[in-house]
Amino acid sequence: MTTLVFIESADGKIKKTSLEAVAYAHAMGGLVVAIALGTIDKPELDAVGKYGATKVLHAADTKLDHPVIQVYASVLIQAMEQESADNLILANSSLGTPVAAKVAVKTGASFASNVVELPTTTSGFVVKRSIYTGKAFSFVEMKSAKKVIAIKKNAAELKETGAAVSTVPFTPVLNDADFNTKILSTEKASTEISLPEANIVVSGGRGLKGPEHWGMLEELAKTLHAATGCSKPVSDMGWRPHHEHVGQTGVKVAPQLYIAIGISGAIQHLAGVNSSKCIVVINKDADAPFFKAADYGIVGDAFEVVPKLIAAIKASK
Amino acid sequence: MKILVCITHVPDTTSKINFIDNNTKFDTTGVQFIIGPYDDYALARAIELKESSGATVTVLNVGLADTEPTIRKALAIGADDAIRVNAVPTDSYFVASQIAGHAKGFDLILMGRESIDFNGGVVHAMVGEMLGVPAISPVMKLDIDGTKVKMAREIEGGKEYVEANLPLVAGCQEPIAEWKIPNMRGIMSARTKPLKVVEPKVVENSIVAQKFELPPPKGAVKMISADNVAELVTRLKTEAKVL
Repeated sequence: MTTLVFIESADGKIKKTSLEAVAYAHAMGGLVVAIALGTIDKPELDAVGKYGATKVLHAADTKLDHPVIQVYASVLIQAMEQESADNLILANSSLGTPVAAKVAVKTGASFASNVVELPTTTSGFVVKRSIYTGKAFSFVEMKSAKKVIAIKKNAAELKETGAAVSTVPFTPVLNDADFNTKILSTEKASTEISLPEANIVVSGGRGLKGPEHWGMLEELAKTLHAATGCSKPVSDMGWRPHHEHVGQTGVKVAPQLYIAIGISGAIQHLAGVNSSKCIVVINKDADAPFFKAADYGIVGDAFEVVPKLIAAIKASK
Repeated sequence: MKILVCITHVPDTTSKINFIDNNTKFDTTGVQFIIGPYDDYALARAIELKESSGATVTVLNVGLADTEPTIRKALAIGADDAIRVNAVPTDSYFVASQIAGHAKGFDLILMGRESIDFNGGVVHAMVGEMLGVPAISPVMKLDIDGTKVKMAREIEGGKEYVEANLPLVAGCQEPIAEWKIPNMRGIMSARTKPLKVVEPKVVENSIVAQKFELPPPKGAVKMISADNVAELVTRLKTEAKVL
């Protein structure tokens, strides 16, 4: 069995969830061939082998620096053909998921997204998917010989199992028609920690009373190397950009630690955070529903508690 | 211009999720069904385009007869006619195949970025692939200029501005348009708007849901005094081991 893993990168750096996809493929057994597209830092590519890839293909054409979904799908299909790959594994993302769907249609593969655990094979090839926005799981049997799986963060444990492997150039045929969708420009906050990938997330709600009070939250995030998020009302009111909105209709996060400050905990917000390992809620209203979903709670005024928390974290380092 | 809006019929976002029949079936007891919230954004944008440029709007749903009240609501909001593909929407590939079978002749195919029940998030990409047209998602802004469509797509930590030609498929999300609430005239006229029921084309399911599971219940919250914030840091380090 050969499994192709799509390595997603941003600014020359490989995404951590892509390394999880390599670890996932490695745990499934068989040969693992990783493929990276566009310009990527060489040490980054070398590291892919440590998580279990037996070979890394690199399509370095600068035309691939802009991730056009149709183009990426065509390249992955060509790589699957060349390597006679049975499976494609990648991380769920705004790029990976649609690319995976296209590959699945084209190759006749069974497809599952939002996969949270390694497959079981005792009665058919079965994966566990997150459904109802994290409120439940389903076990689905993938019946086709070929399989395409898009995994959620934390679906596989990241551990170094092998050595660095050499990178093999890959030169796909690029079809002009695939470039018909043009990326005009990209607007991205490049310095911040990516919210979907962050290990710690600090989120603020209406309890912070206004965008001018976000400095405190950002300081806490900086102290913890965390990403910042917010509730829906906060992004609706324009206090924070939409890509920070955590919840049912926003970003779904799965960090080790989620700290909610001044967020009451509407069920739609909880849907975005219920995959977090540990939830801390700070709210001045002791009856805020979020406390029921929390691991730790502090009833208190955010403007008093947060500075104390920042000081306590600094003191403990 | 002809617009097709594909809608899902899903449990309200506040629904409590339960399963019956040995965890093989979703328990609909007491559950209110709605148009998928993302689909609602797609529909709202389609109605705006209808109002500004005289487009026609057809809604399509893959579902059994119990989804018709949801389809009528979409007609009440302003869609002109509807198609119901008479089948259980078992998986993304099946649903995409049904949509692709009815999408020819439409210039713009809109739907939500994902359904909020199975969260596949790929039907738009699959439909695009099946029809051989571009598919863009999640789209936060969509403007049409002749045959060109300019869109803003949300990516991790930002936005990507893309341009593609009609026909195309777009998976929508906020703030592409404001949700529309049906008015009385809309509700009255929806009753007589055409709703065509068609049988599904035969597609073999390549994935099959065997059973469902709820997450393990959460332990009780541990409350810490606001006067003793340092204890929280200690507990996060030694007890929860997340710092």
